[in-house]
Amino acid sequence: MDYQPPPFFSRGPAPLVRLGFFVCLAVLLMVLDARFRYAESLRQVVALLVYPLQRAALAPVELVGAAAGFFTTQVSLKQENEQLKAKQLLAANELLTIETLRGENAQLRRLLQARERLPRQSTLAEILYQGRDPFSRKVIIDKGRQQGVQAGQAVIDDVGVIGQVTRVYPLLSEVTLITDKEQRTPVQVLRNGLRAVIYGGGDRGTLDLSYTASNADVLADDVLVTSGIDGTFPAGLPVAKVSRIERDAAYSFAKITCIPTAGTDQNRQVLVLSQEANLPGVPAETESVAGKLPKQKRARKRE
Amino acid sequence: MSFYDQPQRILLPVNAAYMALTLVLALLFNLMPWRDVTGLPDMVALVLTFWCVHQPRRMGIGIAWLVGLVMDAGNGALLGQHAFAYAVLAFAAISLHRRILWFSLWRQAAHVLVLMLATQLLMLAVRMVAGAAFPGLAYFAGSLIAAALWPTATFLLLLPQRRSGSTDDNRSI
Repeated sequence: MDYQPPPFFSRGPAPLVRLGFFVCLAVLLMVLDARFRYAESLRQVVALLVYPLQRAALAPVELVGAAAGFFTTQVSLKQENEQLKAKQLLAANELLTIETLRGENAQLRRLLQARERLPRQSTLAEILYQGRDPFSRKVIIDKGRQQGVQAGQAVIDDVGVIGQVTRVYPLLSEVTLITDKEQRTPVQVLRNGLRAVIYGGGDRGTLDLSYTASNADVLADDVLVTSGIDGTFPAGLPVAKVSRIERDAAYSFAKITCIPTAGTDQNRQVLVLSQEANLPGVPAETESVAGKLPKQKRARKRE
Repeated sequence: MSFYDQPQRILLPVNAAYMALTLVLALLFNLMPWRDVTGLPDMVALVLTFWCVHQPRRMGIGIAWLVGLVMDAGNGALLGQHAFAYAVLAFAAISLHRRILWFSLWRQAAHVLVLMLATQLLMLAVRMVAGAAFPGLAYFAGSLIAAALWPTATFLLLLPQRRSGSTDDNRSI
Protein backbone atom coordinates (compact mmCIF):
# COMPACT_ATOMS: atom_id res chain seq x y z
CA MET A 1 0.00 0.00 0.00
CA ASP A 2 1.22 3.47 -0.86
CA TYR A 3 1.41 5.94 1.99
CA GLN A 4 1.01 9.57 0.98
CA PRO A 5 1.14 12.46 3.44
CA PRO A 6 -2.00 14.59 3.65
CA PRO A 7 -1.93 17.31 0.96
CA PHE A 8 -1.39 20.15 3.45
CA PHE A 9 1.91 18.58 4.54
CA SER A 10 3.30 18.00 1.08
CA ARG A 11 6.13 20.39 0.19
CA GLY A 12 7.53 18.83 -2.92
CA PRO A 13 11.08 17.52 -3.09
CA ALA A 14 13.46 18.08 -0.18
CA PRO A 15 15.57 21.27 -0.29
CA LEU A 16 18.77 19.28 -0.71
CA VAL A 17 17.36 17.50 -3.75
CA ARG A 18 16.28 20.81 -5.27
CA LEU A 19 19.68 22.31 -4.54
CA GLY A 20 21.39 19.39 -6.24
CA PHE A 21 19.16 19.72 -9.30
CA PHE A 22 19.67 23.45 -9.73
CA VAL A 23 23.40 23.33 -9.02
CA CYS A 24 23.80 20.64 -11.67
CA LEU A 25 21.81 22.79 -14.12
CA ALA A 26 23.95 25.84 -13.33
CA VAL A 27 27.21 23.92 -13.69
CA LEU A 28 26.00 22.52 -17.02
CA LEU A 29 25.21 26.07 -18.22
CA MET A 30 28.58 27.38 -17.07
CA VAL A 31 30.50 24.63 -18.83
CA LEU A 32 28.46 25.16 -22.01
CA ASP A 33 29.06 28.91 -21.85
CA ALA A 34 32.74 28.88 -20.92
CA ARG A 35 34.02 25.95 -22.97
CA PHE A 36 31.70 25.41 -25.92
CA ARG A 37 29.84 28.71 -26.47
CA TYR A 38 26.60 26.80 -26.95
CA ALA A 39 24.71 28.95 -24.45
CA GLU A 40 24.85 32.10 -26.62
CA SER A 41 21.31 31.65 -27.98
CA LEU A 42 19.91 31.12 -24.48
CA ARG A 43 21.78 34.25 -23.35
CA GLN A 44 20.30 36.23 -26.25
CA VAL A 45 16.78 35.08 -25.31
CA VAL A 46 17.20 35.96 -21.63
CA ALA A 47 18.89 39.24 -22.57
CA LEU A 48 15.91 40.09 -24.76
CA LEU A 49 13.58 39.44 -21.81
CA VAL A 50 15.78 41.52 -19.51
CA TYR A 51 16.10 44.38 -22.02
CA PRO A 52 13.08 46.38 -20.72
CA LEU A 53 14.46 46.01 -17.20
CA GLN A 54 17.84 47.25 -18.38
CA ARG A 55 16.26 50.24 -20.11
CA ALA A 56 14.35 50.94 -16.90
CA ALA A 57 17.59 50.73 -14.94
CA LEU A 58 19.18 53.20 -17.34
CA ALA A 59 16.25 55.61 -17.02
CA PRO A 60 17.13 57.11 -13.61
CA VAL A 61 20.70 57.70 -14.80
CA GLU A 62 19.43 59.48 -17.89
CA LEU A 63 17.01 61.43 -15.72
CA VAL A 64 19.85 62.51 -13.46
CA GLY A 65 21.81 63.51 -16.57
CA ALA A 66 18.87 65.56 -17.86
CA ALA A 67 18.34 67.15 -14.45
CA ALA A 68 22.03 67.96 -14.26
CA GLY A 69 21.75 69.52 -17.73
CA PHE A 70 18.79 71.61 -16.53
CA PHE A 71 20.66 72.82 -13.50
CA THR A 72 23.79 73.60 -15.51
CA THR A 73 21.68 75.83 -17.75
CA GLN A 74 20.39 77.49 -14.60
CA VAL A 75 23.96 77.93 -13.47
CA SER A 76 24.98 79.34 -16.85
CA LEU A 77 22.08 81.79 -16.72
CA LYS A 78 23.20 82.84 -13.31
CA GLN A 79 26.71 83.18 -14.62
CA GLU A 80 25.46 85.35 -17.45
CA ASN A 81 23.90 87.57 -14.88
CA GLU A 82 27.13 87.71 -12.99
CA GLN A 83 29.05 88.36 -16.20
CA LEU A 84 27.26 91.70 -16.51
CA LYS A 85 28.40 92.58 -13.03
CA ALA A 86 31.93 91.24 -12.98
CA LYS A 87 33.74 90.82 -16.30
CA GLN A 88 36.90 89.42 -14.79
CA LEU A 89 35.05 86.41 -13.44
CA LEU A 90 33.60 85.87 -16.90
CA ALA A 91 37.04 85.90 -18.48
CA ALA A 92 38.41 83.32 -16.07
CA ASN A 93 35.34 81.13 -16.41
CA GLU A 94 35.39 81.28 -20.19
CA LEU A 95 39.07 80.45 -20.28
CA LEU A 96 38.38 77.26 -18.34
CA THR A 97 35.59 76.09 -20.67
CA ILE A 98 37.72 76.93 -23.69
CA GLU A 99 40.53 74.79 -22.34
CA THR A 100 38.30 71.72 -21.97
CA LEU A 101 36.67 72.30 -25.36
CA ARG A 102 40.07 72.69 -26.98
CA GLY A 103 41.20 69.35 -25.53
CA GLU A 104 38.03 67.63 -26.68
CA ASN A 105 38.32 69.18 -30.14
CA ALA A 106 41.95 68.07 -30.49
CA GLN A 107 41.00 64.52 -29.51
CA LEU A 108 38.14 64.39 -32.01
CA ARG A 109 40.39 65.80 -34.73
CA ARG A 110 43.02 63.13 -34.11
CA LEU A 111 40.28 60.52 -34.20
CA LEU A 112 39.10 61.90 -37.57
CA GLN A 113 42.65 61.75 -38.88
CA ALA A 114 42.88 58.17 -37.69
CA ARG A 115 39.69 57.42 -39.58
CA GLU A 116 41.14 58.93 -42.77
CA ARG A 117 44.43 57.13 -42.35
CA LEU A 118 42.73 53.74 -42.11
CA PRO A 119 41.44 52.32 -45.37
CA ARG A 120 38.69 50.34 -43.67
CA GLN A 121 35.19 51.42 -42.91
CA SER A 122 34.79 52.57 -39.36
CA THR A 123 32.02 53.56 -36.99
CA LEU A 124 32.40 56.26 -34.38
CA ALA A 125 31.03 55.00 -31.07
CA GLU A 126 30.83 56.26 -27.52
CA ILE A 127 31.56 54.27 -24.38
CA LEU A 128 28.38 54.16 -22.31
CA TYR A 129 29.59 52.45 -19.15
CA GLN A 130 31.90 49.79 -17.82
CA GLY A 131 30.55 46.29 -17.50
CA ARG A 132 29.45 45.50 -13.95
CA ASP A 133 31.15 42.11 -13.90
CA PRO A 134 34.14 42.72 -11.60
CA PHE A 135 36.07 39.74 -12.96
CA SER A 136 36.64 41.06 -16.46
CA ARG A 137 37.58 44.34 -18.12
CA LYS A 138 34.82 45.19 -20.54
CA VAL A 139 33.02 48.33 -21.66
CA ILE A 140 29.64 48.81 -23.33
CA ILE A 141 29.49 51.04 -26.42
CA ASP A 142 26.40 52.67 -27.93
CA LYS A 143 26.53 50.99 -31.36
CA GLY A 144 25.07 47.55 -31.98
CA ARG A 145 23.92 45.15 -34.68
CA GLN A 146 21.60 47.78 -36.15
CA GLN A 147 24.61 50.01 -36.88
CA GLY A 148 26.51 47.11 -38.46
CA VAL A 149 28.79 46.21 -35.58
CA GLN A 150 29.89 42.57 -35.63
CA ALA A 151 31.57 40.40 -33.04
CA GLY A 152 35.33 40.25 -33.56
CA GLN A 153 35.80 43.80 -34.86
CA ALA A 154 38.71 45.86 -33.57
CA VAL A 155 38.12 48.95 -31.45
CA ILE A 156 40.68 51.78 -31.39
CA ASP A 157 41.04 55.28 -30.01
CA ASP A 158 43.16 58.11 -31.37
CA VAL A 159 46.50 56.58 -30.32
CA GLY A 160 46.09 52.82 -30.42
CA VAL A 161 44.12 49.64 -29.95
CA ILE A 162 41.63 49.52 -27.10
CA GLY A 163 40.06 46.10 -27.54
CA GLN A 164 37.76 43.91 -29.55
CA VAL A 165 33.98 43.59 -29.86
CA THR A 166 33.07 40.32 -28.15
CA ARG A 167 29.29 40.38 -27.95
CA VAL A 168 26.74 42.27 -30.02
CA TYR A 169 23.25 43.21 -28.89
CA PRO A 170 20.71 44.99 -31.13
CA LEU A 171 21.64 48.51 -29.97
CA LEU A 172 24.71 48.01 -27.78
CA SER A 173 27.89 45.98 -27.97
CA GLU A 174 30.34 44.71 -25.44
CA VAL A 175 34.02 45.46 -26.01
CA THR A 176 36.67 43.41 -24.21
CA LEU A 177 39.67 45.61 -23.45
CA ILE A 178 43.14 44.37 -24.40
CA THR A 179 43.99 44.42 -20.68
CA ASP A 180 41.38 41.71 -19.94
CA LYS A 181 43.00 38.49 -18.77
CA GLU A 182 41.27 36.47 -21.49
CA GLN A 183 42.14 38.80 -24.35
CA ARG A 184 45.05 38.09 -26.73
CA THR A 185 46.34 40.42 -29.44
CA PRO A 186 48.88 39.43 -32.11
CA VAL A 187 51.68 42.03 -32.13
CA GLN A 188 55.01 42.76 -33.71
CA VAL A 189 58.03 44.60 -32.29
CA LEU A 190 58.27 47.76 -34.40
CA ARG A 191 62.10 47.87 -34.24
CA ASN A 192 62.86 44.42 -35.66
CA GLY A 193 59.55 42.89 -36.73
CA LEU A 194 59.58 40.10 -34.17
CA ARG A 195 56.09 38.56 -33.95
CA ALA A 196 54.47 37.62 -30.65
CA VAL A 197 51.11 37.44 -28.92
CA ILE A 198 50.34 39.85 -26.12
CA TYR A 199 48.16 38.78 -23.17
CA GLY A 200 46.04 41.01 -20.96
CA GLY A 201 47.25 41.38 -17.37
CA GLY A 202 43.81 41.50 -15.77
CA ASP A 203 43.30 43.87 -12.88
CA ARG A 204 46.74 45.50 -13.08
CA GLY A 205 45.89 47.34 -16.29
CA THR A 206 49.11 46.13 -17.95
CA LEU A 207 49.90 43.59 -20.67
CA ASP A 208 52.22 40.58 -20.72
CA LEU A 209 54.29 39.45 -23.70
CA SER A 210 54.12 35.78 -22.74
CA TYR A 211 55.88 32.80 -24.33
CA THR A 212 58.68 34.86 -25.78
CA ALA A 213 62.08 33.15 -25.58
CA SER A 214 64.33 34.65 -22.93
CA ASN A 215 67.00 35.43 -25.55
CA ALA A 216 64.49 37.16 -27.88
CA ASP A 217 65.50 40.59 -29.10
CA VAL A 218 63.12 42.71 -27.04
CA LEU A 219 64.34 45.80 -25.23
CA ALA A 220 62.72 48.15 -22.76
CA ASP A 221 60.79 51.01 -24.43
CA ASP A 222 60.24 48.93 -27.57
CA VAL A 223 56.99 49.81 -29.29
CA LEU A 224 54.64 46.92 -30.08
CA VAL A 225 52.22 47.29 -32.99
CA THR A 226 49.54 44.97 -34.35
CA SER A 227 50.99 42.46 -36.79
CA GLY A 228 47.80 42.13 -38.82
CA ILE A 229 48.32 38.44 -39.51
CA ASP A 230 45.09 37.58 -37.72
CA GLY A 231 43.01 39.39 -40.33
CA THR A 232 41.09 41.17 -37.59
CA PHE A 233 43.32 44.05 -36.56
CA PRO A 234 44.84 46.17 -39.31
CA ALA A 235 48.65 46.01 -39.27
CA GLY A 236 50.71 48.73 -37.65
CA LEU A 237 48.36 50.06 -34.95
CA PRO A 238 50.25 50.83 -31.73
CA VAL A 239 49.30 48.46 -28.93
CA ALA A 240 51.78 48.80 -26.10
CA LYS A 241 55.22 49.84 -24.97
CA VAL A 242 57.59 47.47 -23.16
CA SER A 243 58.10 48.70 -19.63
CA ARG A 244 60.04 45.96 -17.84
CA ILE A 245 61.87 42.77 -18.83
CA GLU A 246 62.90 40.04 -16.39
CA ARG A 247 65.16 37.38 -17.83
CA ASP A 248 65.69 34.43 -15.51
CA ALA A 249 67.97 31.62 -16.63
CA ALA A 250 65.78 29.12 -14.78
CA TYR A 251 62.89 29.72 -17.16
CA SER A 252 62.92 29.38 -20.92
CA PHE A 253 60.59 32.37 -21.35
CA ALA A 254 61.23 35.97 -20.43
CA LYS A 255 58.71 37.88 -18.31
CA ILE A 256 57.95 41.03 -20.28
CA THR A 257 55.50 43.59 -18.92
CA CYS A 258 54.06 46.26 -21.22
CA ILE A 259 51.91 49.35 -20.77
CA PRO A 260 49.03 49.90 -23.22
CA THR A 261 49.49 52.85 -25.58
CA ALA A 262 45.80 53.63 -25.89
CA GLY A 263 43.88 55.09 -22.98
CA THR A 264 42.01 51.89 -22.20
CA ASP A 265 40.39 53.50 -19.16
CA GLN A 266 40.27 57.13 -20.26
CA ASN A 267 38.59 58.13 -23.50
CA ARG A 268 34.91 58.08 -24.30
CA GLN A 269 34.99 58.26 -28.11
CA VAL A 270 36.26 55.19 -29.93
CA LEU A 271 36.30 53.84 -33.49
CA VAL A 272 34.98 50.40 -34.40
CA LEU A 273 36.82 49.08 -37.49
CA SER A 274 35.07 46.77 -39.90
CA GLN A 275 36.74 43.52 -40.84
CA GLU A 276 38.43 43.04 -44.17
CA ALA A 277 36.21 41.01 -46.44
CA ASN A 278 38.67 40.13 -49.22
CA LEU A 279 40.92 37.78 -47.27
CA PRO A 280 41.70 34.54 -49.10
CA GLY A 281 40.20 31.54 -47.36
CA VAL A 282 42.28 29.10 -45.37
CA PRO A 283 43.58 26.32 -47.67
CA ALA A 284 41.47 23.23 -47.29
CA GLU A 285 42.94 20.60 -44.99
CA THR A 286 41.91 17.63 -47.12
CA GLU A 287 43.78 18.79 -50.23
CA SER A 288 47.10 19.14 -48.46
CA VAL A 289 46.72 15.75 -46.83
CA ALA A 290 45.87 14.19 -50.17
CA GLY A 291 48.96 15.79 -51.72
CA LYS A 292 51.24 14.25 -49.10
CA LEU A 293 49.76 10.76 -49.38
CA PRO A 294 52.02 8.19 -51.01
CA LYS A 295 50.93 7.01 -54.42
CA GLN A 296 50.31 3.44 -53.30
CA LYS A 297 47.61 4.52 -50.89
CA ARG A 298 45.93 6.59 -53.56
CA ALA A 299 46.00 3.64 -55.87
CA ARG A 300 44.35 1.55 -53.23
CA LYS A 301 41.65 4.11 -52.82
CA ARG A 302 40.84 4.00 -56.48
CA GLU A 303 40.34 0.28 -56.48
CA MET B 1 17.29 37.56 23.68
CA SER B 2 15.28 39.55 21.27
CA PHE B 3 12.34 37.23 21.57
CA TYR B 4 11.78 38.38 25.15
CA ASP B 5 12.86 42.00 25.17
CA GLN B 6 11.13 43.13 21.97
CA PRO B 7 7.40 43.29 21.58
CA GLN B 8 6.43 40.59 19.13
CA ARG B 9 4.08 41.66 16.43
CA ILE B 10 1.76 39.39 14.61
CA LEU B 11 2.21 40.20 10.95
CA LEU B 12 -0.31 40.13 8.17
CA PRO B 13 0.15 37.39 5.57
CA VAL B 14 2.67 38.31 2.90
CA ASN B 15 1.57 39.51 -0.50
CA ALA B 16 3.22 37.54 -3.31
CA ALA B 17 3.04 40.54 -5.65
CA TYR B 18 4.98 42.58 -3.11
CA MET B 19 7.68 39.91 -2.96
CA ALA B 20 7.97 39.98 -6.76
CA LEU B 21 8.04 43.78 -6.77
CA THR B 22 10.91 43.93 -4.27
CA LEU B 23 12.87 41.40 -6.32
CA VAL B 24 12.35 43.42 -9.51
CA LEU B 25 13.44 46.61 -7.73
CA ALA B 26 16.56 44.87 -6.46
CA LEU B 27 17.28 43.66 -10.01
CA LEU B 28 16.88 47.22 -11.26
CA PHE B 29 19.43 48.37 -8.69
CA ASN B 30 21.87 45.67 -9.74
CA LEU B 31 21.47 46.33 -13.46
CA MET B 32 22.02 50.07 -13.16
CA PRO B 33 25.23 51.21 -14.91
CA TRP B 34 27.51 51.82 -11.94
CA ARG B 35 30.49 53.12 -13.84
CA ASP B 36 33.60 52.32 -11.85
CA VAL B 37 32.10 51.81 -8.41
CA THR B 38 33.53 48.77 -6.69
CA GLY B 39 32.15 47.18 -3.55
CA LEU B 40 28.50 47.66 -4.42
CA PRO B 41 26.07 45.64 -2.29
CA ASP B 42 24.34 42.83 -4.16
CA MET B 43 20.75 43.90 -3.49
CA VAL B 44 19.26 40.86 -5.23
CA ALA B 45 21.18 38.54 -2.91
CA LEU B 46 20.04 40.56 0.10
CA VAL B 47 16.35 40.51 -0.89
CA LEU B 48 16.54 36.81 -1.76
CA THR B 49 18.09 36.04 1.64
CA PHE B 50 15.41 38.10 3.35
CA TRP B 51 12.49 36.29 1.73
CA CYS B 52 14.14 32.89 2.16
CA VAL B 53 14.54 33.58 5.88
CA HIS B 54 11.08 35.09 6.40
CA GLN B 55 9.00 33.16 3.85
CA PRO B 56 10.82 29.88 3.21
CA ARG B 57 7.68 28.31 1.75
CA ARG B 58 7.03 31.11 -0.75
CA MET B 59 10.62 31.73 -1.84
CA GLY B 60 12.72 28.85 -2.99
CA ILE B 61 15.84 27.62 -4.65
CA GLY B 62 14.18 27.54 -8.09
CA ILE B 63 13.21 31.22 -8.00
CA ALA B 64 16.69 32.15 -6.79
CA TRP B 65 18.18 30.19 -9.69
CA LEU B 66 15.99 31.97 -12.23
CA VAL B 67 16.77 35.40 -10.80
CA GLY B 68 20.46 34.48 -10.97
CA LEU B 69 20.08 33.61 -14.64
CA VAL B 70 18.55 37.04 -15.28
CA MET B 71 21.50 38.64 -13.48
CA ASP B 72 23.95 36.67 -15.64
CA ALA B 73 22.31 37.68 -18.90
CA GLY B 74 21.90 41.29 -17.82
CA ASN B 75 25.46 41.68 -16.58
CA GLY B 76 27.26 39.81 -19.33
CA ALA B 77 28.82 37.51 -16.74
CA LEU B 78 29.47 33.79 -17.20
CA LEU B 79 26.03 32.25 -17.79
CA GLY B 80 25.09 30.27 -14.67
CA GLN B 81 27.48 31.97 -12.29
CA HIS B 82 24.89 33.96 -10.34
CA ALA B 83 22.31 31.20 -10.77
CA PHE B 84 24.67 28.74 -9.04
CA ALA B 85 25.60 31.12 -6.21
CA TYR B 86 22.02 32.24 -5.57
CA ALA B 87 20.71 28.66 -5.51
CA VAL B 88 23.27 27.78 -2.83
CA LEU B 89 22.48 31.02 -0.98
CA ALA B 90 18.75 30.23 -0.99
CA PHE B 91 19.41 26.73 0.29
CA ALA B 92 21.62 28.02 3.13
CA ALA B 93 19.12 30.72 4.08
CA ILE B 94 16.20 28.28 4.09
CA SER B 95 18.18 25.81 6.21
CA LEU B 96 19.08 28.55 8.70
CA HIS B 97 15.75 30.38 8.80
CA ARG B 98 14.56 28.89 12.11
CA ARG B 99 17.84 29.84 13.77
CA ILE B 100 18.39 33.32 12.35
CA LEU B 101 15.06 34.82 13.41
CA TRP B 102 15.76 34.13 17.10
CA PHE B 103 18.55 36.71 17.17
CA SER B 104 18.42 40.49 17.36
CA LEU B 105 18.63 42.38 14.09
CA TRP B 106 22.36 43.08 14.24
CA ARG B 107 23.15 39.48 15.12
CA GLN B 108 20.96 38.44 12.22
CA ALA B 109 23.10 40.77 10.10
CA ALA B 110 26.19 38.84 11.22
CA HIS B 111 24.58 35.64 9.91
CA VAL B 112 23.73 37.41 6.67
CA LEU B 113 27.32 38.63 6.33
CA VAL B 114 28.55 35.04 6.37
CA LEU B 115 25.94 34.04 3.76
CA MET B 116 26.86 36.97 1.49
CA LEU B 117 30.58 36.32 1.77
CA ALA B 118 30.00 32.65 0.97
CA THR B 119 28.01 33.68 -2.14
CA GLN B 120 30.79 35.99 -3.31
CA LEU B 121 33.44 33.35 -2.61
CA LEU B 122 31.47 30.84 -4.68
CA MET B 123 31.27 33.27 -7.60
CA LEU B 124 34.97 34.10 -7.22
CA ALA B 125 35.86 30.41 -7.24
CA VAL B 126 33.74 29.76 -10.33
CA ARG B 127 35.28 32.67 -12.23
CA MET B 128 38.83 31.79 -11.17
CA VAL B 129 38.28 28.25 -12.46
CA ALA B 130 36.97 29.73 -15.72
CA GLY B 131 40.16 31.79 -15.99
CA ALA B 132 39.25 35.30 -14.81
CA ALA B 133 41.51 37.65 -12.89
CA PHE B 134 41.21 38.31 -9.14
CA PRO B 135 39.21 41.54 -8.78
CA GLY B 136 40.91 42.74 -5.58
CA LEU B 137 39.80 42.73 -1.96
CA ALA B 138 37.45 45.69 -2.49
CA TYR B 139 35.13 43.16 -4.17
CA PHE B 140 34.21 41.80 -0.73
CA ALA B 141 33.22 45.22 0.62
CA GLY B 142 29.85 44.67 -1.07
CA SER B 143 29.03 41.90 1.41
CA LEU B 144 29.83 44.12 4.40
CA ILE B 145 27.58 46.88 3.09
CA ALA B 146 24.78 44.41 2.26
CA ALA B 147 24.94 42.95 5.79
CA ALA B 148 24.91 46.46 7.28
CA LEU B 149 21.74 47.14 5.28
CA TRP B 150 19.94 44.11 6.81
CA PRO B 151 18.09 46.00 9.61
CA THR B 152 16.92 48.66 7.14
CA ALA B 153 15.90 45.97 4.67
CA THR B 154 13.97 44.15 7.41
CA PHE B 155 12.10 47.33 8.30
CA LEU B 156 11.28 48.20 4.68
CA LEU B 157 10.37 44.73 3.47
CA LEU B 158 8.11 43.97 6.44
CA LEU B 159 6.35 47.35 6.21
CA PRO B 160 3.24 46.20 4.30
CA GLN B 161 2.79 43.27 6.67
CA ARG B 162 2.66 45.33 9.82
CA ARG B 163 -0.81 45.55 11.32
CA SER B 164 -2.13 49.05 11.00
CA GLY B 165 -4.78 50.91 12.85
CA SER B 166 -6.28 50.10 16.22
CA THR B 167 -3.76 49.38 18.95
CA ASP B 168 -5.34 48.18 22.14
CA ASP B 169 -3.27 48.23 25.31
CA ASN B 170 -5.52 45.67 26.96
CA ARG B 171 -5.07 43.15 24.21
CA SER B 172 -2.35 40.64 24.93
CA ILE B 173 -0.90 40.60 21.41
